[in-house]
Amino acid sequence: MIQTFFNPEIIVASWPIVLAGLRNTVLLSLLVVPLGLFGGLILALLASVKAPAVRWPLMAWVDFFRAFPPLVLLILLFAGLPFAGLELGGFACVAVAFFLNTGAYYGEILRAGIDSVPAGQVEAARSTGLSRLQAMAFVVLPQAVRNVLPDLLSNTLEVVKLTSLGSVVAVPELLYQARQAQSITYNPTPIVVAAAIYFLLLWPVVRLLSRLENRALARR
Amino acid sequence: MSRWDRFTETFLNTKVMARYLPDILSGVVVTIELALLVVVTGLAAGLSLALLRSLGIRPLNWLIIFIVDLFRSLPPLVVIVLIYFGLPSVGLSPSGFVSTWLSLGFVLMAFSEEIFWAGITSVARGQWEAARSTGLSFGQTLRHVVLPQAFRLTIPPLTNRTIAITKGTALGTVVAVTEILGQASSAMSNSYNPSPLMLGAAAYLVLFLPVVVAARWVETRFAWKR
Repeated sequence: MIQTFFNPEIIVASWPIVLAGLRNTVLLSLLVVPLGLFGGLILALLASVKAPAVRWPLMAWVDFFRAFPPLVLLILLFAGLPFAGLELGGFACVAVAFFLNTGAYYGEILRAGIDSVPAGQVEAARSTGLSRLQAMAFVVLPQAVRNVLPDLLSNTLEVVKLTSLGSVVAVPELLYQARQAQSITYNPTPIVVAAAIYFLLLWPVVRLLSRLENRALARR
Repeated sequence: MSRWDRFTETFLNTKVMARYLPDILSGVVVTIELALLVVVTGLAAGLSLALLRSLGIRPLNWLIIFIVDLFRSLPPLVVIVLIYFGLPSVGLSPSGFVSTWLSLGFVLMAFSEEIFWAGITSVARGQWEAARSTGLSFGQTLRHVVLPQAFRLTIPPLTNRTIAITKGTALGTVVAVTEILGQASSAMSNSYNPSPLMLGAAAYLVLFLPVVVAARWVETRFAWKR
């Protein structure tokens, strides 16, 4: 059992490969999380325009990406676009897919946050002479983000986990590298190591989230 | 041939679509089977764990919390790959279907346990005492006082998570499950045409869009009025 799943020789031999994967997963996360947040911010700001002509298409956009599996979106970009003469490469496809998919989720969260700030805040800010944009940036958004911080964190955790989809389009992130090492060594140890790395990396976030959620409940 | 004609010829080729429609439909059946299995077993296991946790046995609770944390922090695709490529080394060879079912089931179990547990603990003890003191039985209190309140609290996060995890059935394609994406991908490589992929994408929307819209309705219907 130990020889199969926790083989020390294989851990040592595959360590450089797995480590390169870990580095790429971190880099990928550092790229796609801000990208998703940016997409979400655009959606949330658009949603604060209450006109039906804006609201309905926006709702449809968000529901579309809530219904559409991210892997399907990724494959569509990676395998479908070349037929239209556009070859993006795995990395760019992941970036675009995450911008669209996680942007929709971040957008919903930020929208809820903006809705949670009382209208009086905007009115007070506007009456002091701030422009609409200034009121949004300096008064509403800081409070909105604070109100939905646990949800933002929880979604960010999901986004980091989702970077493992990159392995399907040959982005050399943690899971991809571990599978490469596995096929070289004919041993599942590298995958176990990758799983352990994900767990050690993300467990503190999960613990923190659990505590934040419990505190939110206690305040009710 | 105009640009639009060339576009439809490539991406919305009706001849190719008609040819691979039966494959995609069989993929739809597999996706629905897999999704139902994951939802039913995942939610049942999550609820069971939450009820076990309410018994308050310390070592057992630590174990439950560890398992829940484990499956909240591991990416579902990693769990699938681990089960599918790892278990054969110890003589067990689960199929791709079973691997995907088990993985997503465990993940949904973990998330739903947290949510059910939050629901159970959210109803204040005073509510129980007050209800019992008016002469309601234990069962009546549970049914008419505790569960309606717990239910409202759990519904929005539960529907969200369940949809997100059920969408993960597409991950099965990595371990050769013949669900929608798997069928669409192999049809695409057989026909050198992306139309089957478009058809598969449409199938996902037909399956999941009503669920998402229903979830939105349920969320507003059961939302706490502040």
